[in-house]
Amino acid sequence: MVDSLIKVRGLTIGATVYPANEKPKDIEIVHGIDFDVAHGKVLGLIGESGAGKSTVGLSTMAYGRGGVRITGGEIWVNGRDILHTPIKDIRNLRGNEVTYVSQSAAASFNPAKPIMEQVIEASVHHGKYSKADAEDRATDLFNQLGLPDPETIGKRYPHQVSGGQLQRCMTALALCPGPDLVIFDEPTTALDVTTQIDVLAAIKRAIKETGVAALYITHDLAVVAQVSDDIMVLKMGDMIEYGSTNQIINTPREDYTRALVSVRSIQHSEQSPEGDAVLTCTNITARYRGTKFDVLHDVSVELFSGQTLAVVGESGSGKSTLARVITGLLPPRDGTIMFDGRKLSADLASRTREDVRELQMIYQMADVAMNPRQTVNTIIGRPLEFYFGLRGAKKRDRVLELLDEIEMGKDYIDRYPAELSGGQKQRVCIARALAAKPKLIICDEVTSALDPLVADGILKLLLNLQKIENVAYLFITHDLATVKAIADSIAVMYQGRVKRYGSKSKVLTPPFDDYTDLLLSSVPKMQLGWLENVLAHRKMESAGN
Amino acid sequence: MMVIRIPFVTLFGLFFTALFFLVAIFAPLIAPYSYDEVVSNGFWEPATSEFLLGTDGIGRDLLSRMIYGLRTTIWIATLATLLSFTTGSVLGFLAAVMGGWVDQALSRFVDLMMSIPSLIFALVILSITPITITILIVVMGLLDATRVYRLARAVAVDINVMDYVEAAKLRGERNGWIVFREILPNALSPLVAEMGLRFIFAILFISTLSFLGLGIQPPQADLGGLVKENAEGLTYGIGAALYPAMTIAVLAISVNLVADWVLSRTSSLKGGRG
Amino acid sequence: MGPITGLLAQRIALGLLLLFLVSILIFVGTMLLPGDVAQQILGQSATPEAVANLRAELGLNDPPLTRYLEWLGGLLSGDLGTALTSGQSINETVGRRLGNTLFLAFWAAIIAVPLAIFLGLLAVRYLDRWPDKMISATTLTTISMPEFVIGYILMFILGVQLNWFSPTAVGFRPDADLLTRLDSIAIPIMVLTLVVLAHMMRMTRAAILNVMQSAYIETAELKGLSTFTIIRKHAFPNSVSPIVNVVMLNLAYLVVGVVVVEVVFVYPGMGQYLVDHVTKRDLPVVQACGMIFATIYIGLNLVADVVSILTNPRLRHPK
Repeated sequence: MVDSLIKVRGLTIGATVYPANEKPKDIEIVHGIDFDVAHGKVLGLIGESGAGKSTVGLSTMAYGRGGVRITGGEIWVNGRDILHTPIKDIRNLRGNEVTYVSQSAAASFNPAKPIMEQVIEASVHHGKYSKADAEDRATDLFNQLGLPDPETIGKRYPHQVSGGQLQRCMTALALCPGPDLVIFDEPTTALDVTTQIDVLAAIKRAIKETGVAALYITHDLAVVAQVSDDIMVLKMGDMIEYGSTNQIINTPREDYTRALVSVRSIQHSEQSPEGDAVLTCTNITARYRGTKFDVLHDVSVELFSGQTLAVVGESGSGKSTLARVITGLLPPRDGTIMFDGRKLSADLASRTREDVRELQMIYQMADVAMNPRQTVNTIIGRPLEFYFGLRGAKKRDRVLELLDEIEMGKDYIDRYPAELSGGQKQRVCIARALAAKPKLIICDEVTSALDPLVADGILKLLLNLQKIENVAYLFITHDLATVKAIADSIAVMYQGRVKRYGSKSKVLTPPFDDYTDLLLSSVPKMQLGWLENVLAHRKMESAGN
Repeated sequence: MMVIRIPFVTLFGLFFTALFFLVAIFAPLIAPYSYDEVVSNGFWEPATSEFLLGTDGIGRDLLSRMIYGLRTTIWIATLATLLSFTTGSVLGFLAAVMGGWVDQALSRFVDLMMSIPSLIFALVILSITPITITILIVVMGLLDATRVYRLARAVAVDINVMDYVEAAKLRGERNGWIVFREILPNALSPLVAEMGLRFIFAILFISTLSFLGLGIQPPQADLGGLVKENAEGLTYGIGAALYPAMTIAVLAISVNLVADWVLSRTSSLKGGRG
Repeated sequence: MGPITGLLAQRIALGLLLLFLVSILIFVGTMLLPGDVAQQILGQSATPEAVANLRAELGLNDPPLTRYLEWLGGLLSGDLGTALTSGQSINETVGRRLGNTLFLAFWAAIIAVPLAIFLGLLAVRYLDRWPDKMISATTLTTISMPEFVIGYILMFILGVQLNWFSPTAVGFRPDADLLTRLDSIAIPIMVLTLVVLAHMMRMTRAAILNVMQSAYIETAELKGLSTFTIIRKHAFPNSVSPIVNVVMLNLAYLVVGVVVVEVVFVYPGMGQYLVDHVTKRDLPVVQACGMIFATIYIGLNLVADVVSILTNPRLRHPK
């Protein structure tokens, strides 16, 4: 490849880690990777956490975070070997030939300076444009990226614009110097799904119109499929597969890639809402202590025993507040909760032990949902002891049974949470909830913090357990793919209200209200050209604009 | 079997801390003379084989007085630390777990106490109360308890908002389980490290008070008092006061080195065994 | 400027409230403590009649509220009361001595503040290399030493053995020329500098490190800016508030350090005055001095609060 902009050969990257009570040691985190990016092309780097994708991306700017450093191989940028270039020339490459867009624009902008000053800084510093020219360019880019008030937004400070807007400003910052390559490091991951689609579209348009090349780093294959020409799949610092976007999505060669492509394809046939209602919320209105605004307005939902109700919405929709109301942590201002045919008292303190036993909860962050100083035996065993008086060997036997149910081996019983992987931690939390023999488990974003493949495993486990234990789930999530995978009925929440509610098939069948349409259409699909298609057909603009 | 690496400076600190504590405990066995016995007619005599550090301003053996002085300093500092620690951490935990007006009342009162520098506060109190060892310990312990309170409350508040504590509350656990089984095990490491720092502070505090003449009263003396007694000699070029002065410094530095190490170990221990 | 003015007014009001509560604590607190002023002044052997007479003379038999209000009224109108032991007006003595103390503290601060900030920056610049490690070690040592220990060591070496400076401040005259005055307080200045330097350096280092680890510093680095430009344009504007906080907090330390250092070097300032009268159990003087020290301390903390409000971009540029 003669005109390749970036050429990487045999790249190895090392890092220093500091294990407790041991000497610091050096480990290798990327093991020999080759790739090329031609002028004007977009390469997607995809992988789960720990794959080394950000590290690889930053290495093209000869930059390593913390104790990370490049230990071997070659990186050629515009025909120069940047691993054997003095720091002065590297600085001339950074922010000039190669620029960077981070996941969190909110943290990446200096809070003390107006946006414009930061957007044009690199262009002026490298002498590419005069201050006035750079400002004109920036204003054009703001316009191109669909930012409101492109003429004046640069005068604002970072905290004065929304998250989605700031992410676009960061893209303008990266494009302003007219670089050859932009590294996009999970630029839409922190955004709500309806905001993500617009930022993604803006980025794609900007790439196309400026003709810049890009490295697009993400964990979401459906997202990268929309913007990239080629895709490289990484796993634990190894390259698994490297090919055109079409080939990776439609005819993946490796098992790992196939798994990534087919993720979220769990099928669950919906049960009709019948039998006994295990939970009935009627006209719930609630606000937090010391505030003047209701965060839930007149919410009514019903859940039948052994079934799953998915409560779906974006941040600020009130879905987690609903969970706090049902658990009794936040007594509602108005409305009633019927549980298994009896009225639940609003306040946790006045509920009976039977009430709290039959209503269990699983959290988003399994990390902080378990006491780090307790072993798995204590964590799962405590509800057995507390609710059923099991002790000693009997308790241990039951814990072992539960470990078996969550598909974990017997030898995990004496481990501490820190010695478990993310997925295992969440399984232990599920076992703790099951130990109480509940009728209802509230699952609050239980798969959001997990890698897609691990999340799939957890969802399958939950579905199996539901069949065996006949437990109902109130499943709170922002992720529609998850909803489709496991729900029997769905409540779509928006700004504290239930926008749409009914059986899964009914909620997911048109005609839709505008918000549900926006929400459903914004979920990236694993197909080429999805993005353009959606933008041409949707009814409502997202709130992030 | 896990081998814990202890850096050299920490070993140095551990060695001297242990040495000082042993000397303090066995002072009557080690000291060659009694602390108030006048053993010589001269004053500020240089070191001899008989008086290893020489004599003080009225002819008492300086080494013996220092051994007893060290004992007094360590003894008072230990008791004051225990007092500040128990009071501060119990109230801090209480405020964090109970919240509401209990938390407000305690925290605002502590804010008020801390708006006056400790030494000034102590001086105001000691101008009115009789100066006895008990009162010194109580005054130092309570003034320092404000700092322990702030730390204990902050640590407990951080833990109290963790999902595992909420999970315990949702399970229906009583406050006893929540404090002793969920919060305390996780709050212990930072508090223990803080204890070392509080102990150093107590050493410096009692030494300063005695130096100002408002601590241990003669003929008894702690290390700070010994500096005061012998300070006059300095202007004549007699360095007797520097021995107790350096002892205070070495004691405080040693404890600091150990506390520093404990602190760095606990902050790298995010959960797990231990 | 709406939210800023509101917040500032709130902070200042809070400071005044705190001062008021401190006055109650200092006055009423001393009444609740075991011990009787008259008894303490006259000693344990005094006859009950003598104690009763003194009590009456000192007005100790009046209701506590009346006494407090009189005292507070005096404070507010600038009258600190009369010393029990000498019968002199406290105002007069304080006027003289406060000037001396501020003179000493001023020169210590002039040297310590820039030095500490410079060394703190140096420690960050050479993080984990020898300058940083040496600074850390020195910090650990000076933090572990009471002020009087440092004082005597420097006095012995610089004043007595080497005879470079006057070993004590006995000869200090406020009306002497500047050089003479500085010579007599040279060692006290060094002691105070050392005492606050360690804390200030350590806290400056931590404050700057905190800023340097922010994501926006990485952004600046990835723009290809030089280290100096990054510090000047991105780190510094965000470090002002934490550093001012550090400085104010340490000037407040200085207030306490001054008390001990004045006693060590026999310097005619507020600290020595306070300690003297604690020993003599002269309550009015102790209360007056206590209030003055607390006022300075609260004032410095207030300045730190005000600066951090004024430099907060979220408050300066509200949505």
